Amino acid sequence: MAARVFLDAQDPWVNWDWLSTHIPYVWDAIQQHILLAMIALLGGLVISLPLGVAAQRSPLIRLPVIGALGAFYTIPSLALFAILVPFTGIATNTTAEIPLVGYNALILIRNIVVGLDAVPRDVLDAADGMGYRATARLLQIELPLAMPAIFAGLRVATVSTIGLITITAVIGLGGLGQLINQGLQESFHTPLVVATFLSIALALVADLLLAGGQWISLPWARHA
Amino acid sequence: MSILASVWAWFGDGAHWQGPDGVPTRLVEHVQLSAEAVVIGAVLALPVGIALGHYGRFGNLAINISNAGRAVPSFGILVIAFQVFGLGDLPIILALTALAIPPMVTNSYVALREVDPDVKDAARGMGYRELAQLLRVELPLAVPLIMAGIRTSAVQVVATATLAALIAGGGFGRYIIDGFAQLDYAKLVAGALLVAMLALVTELGLSGLERLLVPRGIRLLMAPKLRRATTFKVA
Repeated sequence: MAARVFLDAQDPWVNWDWLSTHIPYVWDAIQQHILLAMIALLGGLVISLPLGVAAQRSPLIRLPVIGALGAFYTIPSLALFAILVPFTGIATNTTAEIPLVGYNALILIRNIVVGLDAVPRDVLDAADGMGYRATARLLQIELPLAMPAIFAGLRVATVSTIGLITITAVIGLGGLGQLINQGLQESFHTPLVVATFLSIALALVADLLLAGGQWISLPWARHA
Repeated sequence: MSILASVWAWFGDGAHWQGPDGVPTRLVEHVQLSAEAVVIGAVLALPVGIALGHYGRFGNLAINISNAGRAVPSFGILVIAFQVFGLGDLPIILALTALAIPPMVTNSYVALREVDPDVKDAARGMGYRELAQLLRVELPLAVPLIMAGIRTSAVQVVATATLAALIAGGGFGRYIIDGFAQLDYAKLVAGALLVAMLALVTELGLSGLERLLVPRGIRLLMAPKLRRATTFKVA
């Protein structure tokens, strides 16, 4: 009898009653999470496409860009958020996005360089022989052939970003990280477990969507 | 006082260099937690990755464990470990070890898989038995990528150990979390700089170790393969 009382008094891992009455609350967190992830990924893409192409073309750009971003990537996100807070404010999207965009830029630039480097010399010669100019060759021949590598980078960046966003709970944002933080502060398991599960699910769904998008948009890379 | 000047003053204050909340104590806490997790993780992960790579089995599992690991929010795992095991180093080390394992499995798998089949045939032809071939031919060629996996794990563990302060752990993260709580920007930024330096030193130190361990010839030979190293960022 006593054991039963103890069990009843324990906080279950998921309190479904709480969850059923807090669906809008959880949904808001998911939306903030997705928004933060989209900005971080689009920002990373916008920076990395020109820089990646330039880095592949010239070792003078490649070494400093990959070196500097590599060092940036090594720095823990919490440290970067903390360094930025006095300058860009607490709980601002700017503070959250600068590190995330930088991390994504590194992953994407690396993959753009690898993808462009892997375009066979014969293909480039054939394109030149057919009269392609530099820009047309890049846009119509090289980038399409590099797309599988770029997509691979985008998938890694997406999955990492969705996990890292939970840490922005420390600066008052966080998306699903806010629920993890609530679980910590109130020693209440449900939001903690639900948010951790949803964050993993969100990352895996985004990864699958990108894999599907790659399959549909890159018919020349379907062999794998 | 500008923020930079106050951070400078924080580092200059002798009180911040002694006692239980001093920089040396926090450094030891941070390094000790991280090192324990990396060593336990390596003991668990490297034999598995090396065996899978040597026999060429379960490649999808070895590759996808890093994908899955990337999807796991380190903050969530730390807090769940804290709720299960309570205060202390145990939940921190368990969570850090869990995060250390995936890149080491994937990289050591790829490292063994990428050994040139011709080299393995030659070793067999010269009369090497399986264990000797693994230890004396395959592993030396695989060391650069295996070390890259250990380095990736170590840097991520050092980064995630910062979050341990959120579940009442020690380490440099303490300054960041307390800096936020007390709105003490000097402490906040000083802590962030210490964490950033520790992560960079870990990365550079292990790269240096790799250069010492790997003969120059093998390093140059394997340099292109290092591009296959798994990117992993969870904190």
